[in-house]
Amino acid sequence: MKSSAASSRQTMTAWAFLAPTLIVMGLFQFLPILGAFGMSLLDYFPDSPNNRFVGLENFARVLRDPAFWEALKNSVLYLLVVPVVVGLALALALLVEPAIPFMNTFRACYYVPVVTMMVVVAYAWTLVFNTDNGLLNQLLVKWGAAERGIPWLTSEGLALWTVMTVTVWKGLGYYMVMFIVALKAVPKELTEASRIDGANPVQGFANVTIPMIWPTVTLVAIISSISALQVFEEIYMMTNGRVGTSTLVYEIYTTGFDMSRGAIDFGQACAMGVLLFVVILGFTVFAVKRMQGAYGTT
Amino acid sequence: MLLALVPLFVGPFLWMLSISVRESGNIYSLNLIPENATLQWYGEVWSQYNLDRAFLNSIIVAILQVGSNLLFCSLAAYPLARLHFPGRKIVFLLILSTMMVPFQLYMIPLFLLSLKLGLFDTLVGIVIPAASGAFGIYLIKQYYETIPSDLEEAARIDGAGEFRIWASVMMPLTKPAMAALAIFVFVQSWSNFLWPLIIINSESTWTLPIAIARLSGDFIDKTQYIAAGSVIAVAPVIVVFFLAQRWFIGGVTLGSVKG
Repeated sequence: MKSSAASSRQTMTAWAFLAPTLIVMGLFQFLPILGAFGMSLLDYFPDSPNNRFVGLENFARVLRDPAFWEALKNSVLYLLVVPVVVGLALALALLVEPAIPFMNTFRACYYVPVVTMMVVVAYAWTLVFNTDNGLLNQLLVKWGAAERGIPWLTSEGLALWTVMTVTVWKGLGYYMVMFIVALKAVPKELTEASRIDGANPVQGFANVTIPMIWPTVTLVAIISSISALQVFEEIYMMTNGRVGTSTLVYEIYTTGFDMSRGAIDFGQACAMGVLLFVVILGFTVFAVKRMQGAYGTT
Repeated sequence: MLLALVPLFVGPFLWMLSISVRESGNIYSLNLIPENATLQWYGEVWSQYNLDRAFLNSIIVAILQVGSNLLFCSLAAYPLARLHFPGRKIVFLLILSTMMVPFQLYMIPLFLLSLKLGLFDTLVGIVIPAASGAFGIYLIKQYYETIPSDLEEAARIDGAGEFRIWASVMMPLTKPAMAALAIFVFVQSWSNFLWPLIIINSESTWTLPIAIARLSGDFIDKTQYIAAGSVIAVAPVIVVFFLAQRWFIGGVTLGSVKG
């Protein structure tokens, strides 16, 4: 049994170790988080500060704003990247699973986009998707697949999908590695047993492997959903929110910081932030519940 | 199949690289290897468009960000994993709860606070809000929990203080987790965009992502400059990645213990 003096000294030490983190997090995370909820209830225009309490007026204004609904629609549409990411990343993981020479090099190549900054990824893909001189359109025309360049990034209805493919492309390697780890943990005996029982590889995969890696499928789906709902850089770089590609975060950014789009309105931007938080939280809880239910207790 | 997929993943970068060394004229021709290659744009974007400064700033920010995270996360994780004190669970839950909150929710109050504290348009202002973080603390804490308690007890019986036990016995044992965290934070810091976009104003404090974004906004007709700048911006990370692949991918492995 420790003496009480020793244990109180240990308590002191513990708080001393935690102090730098608690100061940083308290000041630069918890305080601004509380501030955001508070500011969402204020009239807060930095150009004409009065900081009056207006209740839910900011939320009402956001909900009346067609630009917000457009952004919300796009953000929800953006969630379509999730099933694509899960499917392709899992397929890639299966593809690089066999231990053959140079396999690490292949894995590394697929992983390069993950370590590359999004700003550059977006720029490189802009060079590929440009209408007149982009690589893709040049190839399509050359091969006779298109008569003239397709406006990948400049036409309403198409641009958002183009940007979504870039998001998928950048994240694949990361989720692939998560699936590689999960697949490695599936006991060989189980897959072999199902083969001996006469199941073909597809059946074995669906009935043995998938349930075994379901926690990782869930995790990948949730992480990629959260980042899909927070997409910003690819939009900022590739379309600047034009041609129907504005998303929630892009809308928060322009409301809070882009003077070319009219007066900056911190109160309304914070209200949108609160709504973003609610959307992410709600969606995550919903997804976790649904996906855990699929295979009982995972 | 494996090989066929490689161009899909590196192709856009190769196309950009190819454009970055082309002389004026038809810079978009489909010949991937240009006849007259030139490094002219690299030199000019480096010195005339202040990419040298942005590069230096990015390195300073990365060093500060990695250093502060290693120190603060390791310090915070230690008592959470190994010491008994009232409030331990609550503090840990509070720290973890920040992972649920999107940065975009609180970036405006954070911006106003940074203005008040004189951090606007400074490199420290970029670093400080993420000087410690839930993910890093979680990662290191998990690792501390795998270490058997004999060593620590022995040091304690020898009369070493907790700080010395941490610094000379426990912390050195978490090297793999620290390396994974260092790489994770480095990549994040090197790529970090939204917060620097808000907190940074003048050209002398641009980091690389901001410089690339600004160049591509202002110099639409200078494609080669931006392409060359982009290559400069990502080359260090890609080189380090190919040299230390194992550590990069190890980080995802450690991180995905989360589930």
